[in-house]
Amino acid sequence: MKKLICIACPVGCHLLVDDQLHVEGNKCIRGEKYAIEELTHPTRILTTTIKTTSVTTPRLSVKTKDPIPKELIFDVLHLLEGLIIDKDVKIGDVVIHDILNTGIDLVATKSVTINPFH
Amino acid sequence: MKKDLVIIGGGAAGLAAALSANHPNIHILVIEREKSLGGILNQCIHNGFGLHVFKEELTGPEYADRYLEAFLKLNIEFLLDTTVVDVKKTDDFELTVTSYETGLFKINSKAVILSSGCYERTRGSIAIPGERPKGIMPAGSAQRYLNIDGYLVGKRIFILGSGDIGLIMARRMTLEGAKVLGVAEIMPYSNGLTRNIVQCLNDYDIPLYLSHTVTNVIGKERLEQITIQEVDSNFNPIEHTEKIFDVDTLLLSVGLVPDISLFDSLDFKRDPITKSAVVNQFYETSVSGLFICGNALHVHDLVDYVSIESEKAGKSAQNYILNDRKQSNHLHTIKFNENIRYIVPQLIDFEHLEANIDLSFRVSKKMEAAVFKIIQNGTEIMTKRAKNLAPAEMEKMSLKIDKLIDDSPITLLLEEVSL
Repeated sequence: MKKLICIACPVGCHLLVDDQLHVEGNKCIRGEKYAIEELTHPTRILTTTIKTTSVTTPRLSVKTKDPIPKELIFDVLHLLEGLIIDKDVKIGDVVIHDILNTGIDLVATKSVTINPFH
Repeated sequence: MKKDLVIIGGGAAGLAAALSANHPNIHILVIEREKSLGGILNQCIHNGFGLHVFKEELTGPEYADRYLEAFLKLNIEFLLDTTVVDVKKTDDFELTVTSYETGLFKINSKAVILSSGCYERTRGSIAIPGERPKGIMPAGSAQRYLNIDGYLVGKRIFILGSGDIGLIMARRMTLEGAKVLGVAEIMPYSNGLTRNIVQCLNDYDIPLYLSHTVTNVIGKERLEQITIQEVDSNFNPIEHTEKIFDVDTLLLSVGLVPDISLFDSLDFKRDPITKSAVVNQFYETSVSGLFICGNALHVHDLVDYVSIESEKAGKSAQNYILNDRKQSNHLHTIKFNENIRYIVPQLIDFEHLEANIDLSFRVSKKMEAAVFKIIQNGTEIMTKRAKNLAPAEMEKMSLKIDKLIDDSPITLLLEEVSL
């Protein structure tokens, strides 16, 4: 039996998982999915920011649209280090398609206007 | 300038209140002191928002955007970069307002919703011993510098207090290349959501020192070194438990306090625990027409609950303006036992029992299993079982008004039970 605390939402259900990956203690289906993934192949949604050339919004906040393998988090951050956004971006726009061949897109979580005084 | 409703603060609470108060016969004005609407959500770039309201997991800016889009469609008037500096109440409210562009001006309003959020407790409010170098700041300030302005405030970080902002910043600063050496919490349990301990500390092997606090600070110009010590059950440092860390930054996540100092001149009843106003089920204070919601009323851990509460406050203000609904004298305080720290609303107006009443409260200590009981006139009218209760996580219970047997006061009891 393994004890886990679900991080799928802020409720934080206390989960019990047996060797056959049978999950107990979850209040919703996300808990079961989380427990099985956490014990076989842990993933996380990554949120961070990217530099922009906008005067009013110097950072664009972004996220991976779906969870990525935990071990790739710092590789993705490394990839974003030199990146500079110099075009207008709308919330939900894909900033990087299929990041590090994960099949998962990096998307903007806010809108940025590079020159708002235009 | 004359308005029906002024909403002070255009963050999660203010936007939700504006949406629900909106009506063709009500002239609303939202006043926001920042250069954009959305409030603290704008700097909370992490995910985990919206699971209750939108049934999906959003980041802070995305959650704000949902409300913002709906708000902008309604063409509700708003002022940015504008601050309220004084409030007076006669029949109406008279607000003194200022902005860089306009200078001082007055606004009269029939009703006011205060949705001004909360502020972070600072080093001064917890009296850390030692020197006074730079490099010590509230975690939320560091979050703003990093996520909005793009500045990392230090390279070697220690965090005092295990509030959610501290935990979120422990991860965030690690991702940005800083080394976070640990988090110290004076209580024997964490003050943040459990999921944040897992995904912010455990994921990155950041140690959490429970029952520890900072007992010395060293640094001439910039912070150089801190000492932490274990504390006993009276929070006194225990000798020979000192641990020394060489750090350039100490972030404080030691609590949030509702920001209502603007209304100090108004004489409304206060709750010493929430450090805000006492309200009835309409989120109305003892000053007629003054409503409070969101973190200005009590500090929430989920924005979803801020939105739900503020929607109700907005509806109440609408009802106050359109139907002239006045608070009755038939108010009873909700009583509770020592296992509960506070309840919001504190009062029930028994003359206006229109809908079920959302009770929000925090427990005083960790409990594995417990049962909540609502008692009226010696009779148990409602019960609810709960597991894994913690002071850091707000509890909710809906008081069904058809269960009330008469108009006598109610009591909420929390009793620990064995599993």
